[in-house]
Amino acid sequence: MTSVPMTQSSAAAAAEADGPFLQVEDLKVTFPTEDGPVTAVQGLSYSVAKGKTLGIVGESGSGKSVSSMAVMGLHDTKSAQISGSIRVGGTEVVGLSESRMRGLRGNSMAMIFQDALAALHPFYKIGGQLEEAYLVHHSGASKRDARRKAIEMLDRVGIPQPDRRVDDFPHQFSGGMRQRAMIAMGLINDPSLLIADEPTTALDVTVQAQILDLLQDLQREFNSAVIIITHDLGVIAEMADDVLVMYAGRCVEYGTAKQILTTPEMPYTWGLLSSIPDLSASTDARLIPIPGNPPSLLRPPSGCSFHPRCVHSDKVPGDLCVTELPELLPASSGTAHLKRCHLADPIAVYQDEVLPEIAPDLVEETR
Amino acid sequence: MFAYVVKRLISGVLVVALVSMAIFLLFWYGPSSPAQPVCDRETSNRCTPARLEVYEKTLGYDNPVYEEYGKFVKGVFVGRTITIASSEYQCSAPCLGVSFRTKQPVKEELVSRMPATFSVAIGGAFLYLLFGVPIGVAAARRRGTVTDKALVSSFLFISSIPYYLFALLTWLYLTLTFPVPLFSDTGYFSFFSEGPWKWFSGLFLAWVALGIFGCTQYTRFTRGAMVEALSEDYIRTAKAKGLPARTIVYKHGLRAALVPVVTIFGIDFGTLLAGTIFTERIFEIQGIGWWSLQAVQGRDLPVVQATALFSAVVLIISNLLVDVVYSVLDPRVRLS
Repeated sequence: MTSVPMTQSSAAAAAEADGPFLQVEDLKVTFPTEDGPVTAVQGLSYSVAKGKTLGIVGESGSGKSVSSMAVMGLHDTKSAQISGSIRVGGTEVVGLSESRMRGLRGNSMAMIFQDALAALHPFYKIGGQLEEAYLVHHSGASKRDARRKAIEMLDRVGIPQPDRRVDDFPHQFSGGMRQRAMIAMGLINDPSLLIADEPTTALDVTVQAQILDLLQDLQREFNSAVIIITHDLGVIAEMADDVLVMYAGRCVEYGTAKQILTTPEMPYTWGLLSSIPDLSASTDARLIPIPGNPPSLLRPPSGCSFHPRCVHSDKVPGDLCVTELPELLPASSGTAHLKRCHLADPIAVYQDEVLPEIAPDLVEETR
Repeated sequence: MFAYVVKRLISGVLVVALVSMAIFLLFWYGPSSPAQPVCDRETSNRCTPARLEVYEKTLGYDNPVYEEYGKFVKGVFVGRTITIASSEYQCSAPCLGVSFRTKQPVKEELVSRMPATFSVAIGGAFLYLLFGVPIGVAAARRRGTVTDKALVSSFLFISSIPYYLFALLTWLYLTLTFPVPLFSDTGYFSFFSEGPWKWFSGLFLAWVALGIFGCTQYTRFTRGAMVEALSEDYIRTAKAKGLPARTIVYKHGLRAALVPVVTIFGIDFGTLLAGTIFTERIFEIQGIGWWSLQAVQGRDLPVVQATALFSAVVLIISNLLVDVVYSVLDPRVRLS
């Protein structure tokens, strides 16, 4: 165990030299099931630098959480087959031994989960759970150090009277406080990478805003790389520098938040944007859902996996959408913007058909 | 917590009172006169109606039932004198009656049989947990593997055998067909007057039978609770913290899985303490179960009544203890 601090510092040094702290390349995650293998994620590549935030968006089952759990090494090695490359601070994580993986988890990378009530152990005090996270990576620290650290972290995430609340059980906390405690636990070892899996989904809206603010403050303070997984584009607009849109286990669009939110080029992203309820709209305005359901990963659709639900596939010549999987190619708005779609001129379709539906006032402005 | 225990104790006493009334009524309105068995016994089965009447009168069975129940309850608190035909028997508090067969106060016999039954119960229950819980945890950790399936199906096989048959076969094979040296002389021997080794070797096979049979259920139960606990979100959190597998399984998983196991265990242990009829009969251990079986066969009503009441009391106490332990294990359970 004495070698751990050394490998950490060398890993950190390597990361600084090599650019992005997290680099995922051609990630593929397959689960064998009784009905055949299910490929939950394939061909996924992205990177996150320290101090930057990547937002991963998509419906349930699109592979958002599966890919992040692969980064954390949380999949059961017996039931998940992972290939490709995941480099965390210069260390290749795919195929890394369980004991070395354990040294990274919770230490240089941490994850906070959606439902904090379920994700915190109901039988142990908040303080005890935080201390445990600290002590497992600080074998030299005493119980008192750990407790001081736990109280300090609770204070940092805005829990009132942290020296008293540290002895509470999770069920004695409110929903927002539980998520704060969860964040405190994730950040207790000052990780360079924080993955937040739908951190605000279970919370009410005002608390959501507070938690997002907190995450941003903490990111500034700790300069960590952050991945935020969500299906809420509002959260993306608030938090993300880069955005990765996932559908059926693949990246379908990737770019800066500005590119994705203002000039999206993939009909699925349009669908996500259209389905956001407009608060200023009249109360009898209908919501615009994406038709159909996410596809079964056991028997994914041929060609572009979005084609059965895509209302724009008739604009593509022939049945290209059905027969051929579009490649992830640079979009027209910039080199860093990638999209996976056969549409020849998506910007025109977006401007003429989609934008008037979702933001009529914006159309006025651009004209 | 204290107020809760007091409240539960009061309601427990009420349940005991109701159970005692029910038992009393059942005997009073049984198919034959409650005095019939003792009359038969004392007159060598030449119980004439006139003789029966003497017994009924002295035992008070010609009085209204509530009056006699009152006497019974009074006897429990201050003791009483019981007359059977022409003999009088002193029965000191808490008086549970006088055995029709031995003419000894039932309470004294009950107390004298407790060490045997408690020895069987504690040893058996110890084996339930000693084997059941770790094997269940091991099976849950290897869920879906050949080891898991082999364990689950073989244990299912054992627990589908009726217990009396299982115990009988154990006894038959291990004492007669293939006698296990040192352990074949089954029975209860006092720990103090006959020495710990004699005590241990006499009870050993009974423990084995009880333990193996019971631990199969605990294995399946622990496995189920453990599989459920290990799929909880907080296990994923524990893993994400970088905790070692041992800590995840035992500190986080088993701690949660133990709650339902403790519930079942409390009730099972109570049942064992109230007397294990098959085990005691087959392995010739003269405990409460064996005694109550004899009492039923010999129509020794006061003994049957006392053993029924005793098992009600033991079960009520063990249920109370389960609830208290529950609140210690699960902080979300508030006892108030």
